[in-house]
Amino acid sequence: MPFSSLSEIKSRLDAGETSAVEVAQLYLGRIAAHNGSLNAFVHIDPAHVLAQAEASDRYRSEHDAPRPLEGLPIAVKDIFCTQDGPTRCCSRILEDFHAPYDAQVITHLKEAGAVLVGKTNMDEFAMGSSTETSAFGPCRNPWDIETIPGGSSGGSAAAVAAALTPAALGTDTGGSIRQPASLTGITGLKPTYGRVSRRGIIAFASSLDQAGAMTRTVKDTAMVTAAISGHDSGDATSVESAPVVDWLGACDVTDMKGLRIGRPKEYFIEGMDAGVRASVEAALEKCRELGAEIIDISLPHTKYAVAAYYVIAPSEASANLSRYDSVRFGHRCDNPEDLLDMYTRSRDEGFGSEVKRRILTGAFALSSGYYDAYYLKAQQVRTLIQQDFIKAFEQVDLIATPTSPITAFKLGEKTDDPLTMYLSDIYTIAVNLAGLPGLSQPCGFVDGMPVGLQWIAPAWREESVLSAASAYEAATEWHSRVPAAFGSDGGES
Amino acid sequence: MDIDVNKVAMLARIRLTDDEAAELGPQLSGILGYIETLSEVDTEGVAATAHPHDAAMPLRANVVTNTNRRDELQASAPQTESGLYVVPKVIE
Repeated sequence: MPFSSLSEIKSRLDAGETSAVEVAQLYLGRIAAHNGSLNAFVHIDPAHVLAQAEASDRYRSEHDAPRPLEGLPIAVKDIFCTQDGPTRCCSRILEDFHAPYDAQVITHLKEAGAVLVGKTNMDEFAMGSSTETSAFGPCRNPWDIETIPGGSSGGSAAAVAAALTPAALGTDTGGSIRQPASLTGITGLKPTYGRVSRRGIIAFASSLDQAGAMTRTVKDTAMVTAAISGHDSGDATSVESAPVVDWLGACDVTDMKGLRIGRPKEYFIEGMDAGVRASVEAALEKCRELGAEIIDISLPHTKYAVAAYYVIAPSEASANLSRYDSVRFGHRCDNPEDLLDMYTRSRDEGFGSEVKRRILTGAFALSSGYYDAYYLKAQQVRTLIQQDFIKAFEQVDLIATPTSPITAFKLGEKTDDPLTMYLSDIYTIAVNLAGLPGLSQPCGFVDGMPVGLQWIAPAWREESVLSAASAYEAATEWHSRVPAAFGSDGGES
Repeated sequence: MDIDVNKVAMLARIRLTDDEAAELGPQLSGILGYIETLSEVDTEGVAATAHPHDAAMPLRANVVTNTNRRDELQASAPQTESGLYVVPKVIE
């Protein structure tokens, strides 16, 4: 049971073979047993989890039909505002913060009958690729606890990979769902920008941020994404007319006949691990066997994506994080001499070093005399990156790439050099800049560590990545592997 | 590039310790040096992205939708008094 998919647990609940309370107890037990070694959760309130599960069982007994996620446990990253419990974005500056309202996606999950199991660890303010910048200490990868789980949604990824929860929500600004999904051997989807409301998600870079699902199977990702999507009048960038198709139905596809898959030459370059390359090439070969045509394409501005991102994201972050002024909420320093002393010392004490690095990068890029050379230039390059994708999609239906050039690295290995860390998102960042949907799924192992395959589709075509990923998943067994150290106390099935 | 890290930090309202400034200076220079690869790209006549899908901003009815929740909203504030936020004296 613990490593069952969300769909399998749903079937057992619907058949009356188990109850939401039993399911909740199972995962609470696993969290109690394993969170000490993983540090995947930063907040758990077992009594509150059981109360939600009891309410779900009661709903089921009193209604003809269960809701879409009735009784299913879902963990959420510490970036989502929840009225219950703390919301700290894994930052010291929010150590005493309690959100006065639920994020729109949390409201959606509650309305769908889900049981929220707790808050997961993350890089502070989602700034990082390894979940090492968290104020609550680093999270670890269940496949080897000496390595990082990726980031910034590393807690959600590790929790799903070790079956401390069957599903979790993450957010993705430059790869923060897909890269940790890749490094921990699970599936994660960043939806099209505007598909999911950002209201109540603590802002990092507003033109890039999207929330999405992290699960054990593609169909589970479709289930959760369907539940959290939709226009919200409280987020002006959530799109009103977004086309919605039957995403669950899209997951019943088992072949790739007639599918044209683009293989961008700029994504298969020096610097990528040989084992990762071999796994992804083998995955493309599998797609060919399933009936797809693999077409070599070019996305010529790929090599500028990381540089453009590290102007745009920090610039937006420096503006968004100016709200932490220690007046209305957030950490305040002791005995401020005057207003300026209060602002500057509170922010120095409250923010960690990576967050300061990004705020300063952004403040510089937006400062007088540098705006045209940095911010404006980066937004122009962003347009060229979007146009690369638009041209490519005239030729192909989908693009397939590695999700990360490397498998999980050791804790502390890249913390001294921020630039090397930034380059670990080289394959995921362009997707955010262009606002496209991107999914990562497991496609192999190198020395026991998972490798991810990334699917990219045109805007609003989530069903297209879900179908291709489902066909690949049906033909392979990578998604069903279990990290040995967390599989032994497994329960009944 | 040589940047005055304390000046940038003051723009961002962050007071760095001397040790932090000494570490962040070279790191920022390294990051900005990398970003300068953007200057290789010919962007003559290219429009800057304003929105990932060029979408229009939707309008909503101009009516009040939020209620008065002062107590809840102030519960996370560092210091309040009589429903007001307290800060150090601004005018002597």
